[in-house]
Amino acid sequence: MSLDAAAVQQKVEAKFPGKITRAELEVKDPFFVIDKDAIVEVAKYLRDEPELAFEMLHCHSAVDYLGAKDQEDRIEVVLHLTSLKHRHWIVLKIELPRDNPKMHTLEGVWPTANWHEREAYDLFGIVFEGHSDFRRILLPEDWAGHPLRKDWEWPEEWHGIKVKPPEKFADRAQGGEEIGIGPFD
Amino acid sequence: MDLVKTLSNQQFVLTKVDAVVNWSRQSALWPMVFGLACCAIEMMAAGATRFDWDRFGLIPRATPRQSDLMIVAGTVTHKMAIRIKRLYEQMADPKYVISMGSCANNGGPYWQYGYHVVKGVDEIIPVDVYVPGCPPRPEALLYGVMALQDIIRERSLMDDVREGRQKPAAVEVPV
Repeated sequence: MSLDAAAVQQKVEAKFPGKITRAELEVKDPFFVIDKDAIVEVAKYLRDEPELAFEMLHCHSAVDYLGAKDQEDRIEVVLHLTSLKHRHWIVLKIELPRDNPKMHTLEGVWPTANWHEREAYDLFGIVFEGHSDFRRILLPEDWAGHPLRKDWEWPEEWHGIKVKPPEKFADRAQGGEEIGIGPFD
Repeated sequence: MDLVKTLSNQQFVLTKVDAVVNWSRQSALWPMVFGLACCAIEMMAAGATRFDWDRFGLIPRATPRQSDLMIVAGTVTHKMAIRIKRLYEQMADPKYVISMGSCANNGGPYWQYGYHVVKGVDEIIPVDVYVPGCPPRPEALLYGVMALQDIIRERSLMDDVREGRQKPAAVEVPV
């Protein structure tokens, strides 16, 4: 039987009292914020409890809240869970400090988290403890920094190749670029 | 038939070395099989029956050692750039490069915020012809090939000796 977000919250709250630090249920994708130290147990419970059966992690992402209006600076890991059995959905969020974002890996709960956590590390610098193959996934292994952090600074070059947009296009940066369509189009 | 008659009578033709060499170079431009993004789909269409670049003497080769032409068809990421550089160095002279599409020309839609994209493949290897478009249609690519043939026709062998090919900026290739 499909459960709504409030029912899922009740079950989690009953099993892990006080581990849901914040919940928003009146939005399009209802979510709860879970205490980062309890995330593995909560995730296992969500997966294994027959009435919940969130057997699929269908999206794993992260958000950098640096200087967001009325928000404290933090990095959030966002997990979208789906139960194919019951056809219900839920969103979990884990709030991490910006200066040392660190949480335990969820690879043991949903194997798909392996690559997604590597991507979150690659682009946001979030460290997942206990990960079996923890290295960058998309960018070169000697890349400096994590580019989706709001305070990331562009390196001048990487192995002699310019990384910053060159000066010759600087005047076109403001007005947008025209893209040619070829001689015969 | 006049030409045949002349040849069979005289048995020789007077021409310039440059003309013969350039004619053979421009008529057998073998490109390397090499696609990076959506431009590669248009490049494949240019090679297939409707557009058929065999008509221009373009026969795709699966190795840089047998290729004369590199068509950089698509987005050049930094990770790919070092491989492009290596493939280019593996090609034997004379070698030519066509940069196909906005991404290879100047980074295209990624040039301002794309931290992962090289702002034009000419940052790493010398380019002979730029084909604009996003992606360019196969006709545009064939036009680029014809433009390259014009460039080849106008060169002299002595130009290669005098100037050499324009050398690209050195790029350190990480192993």
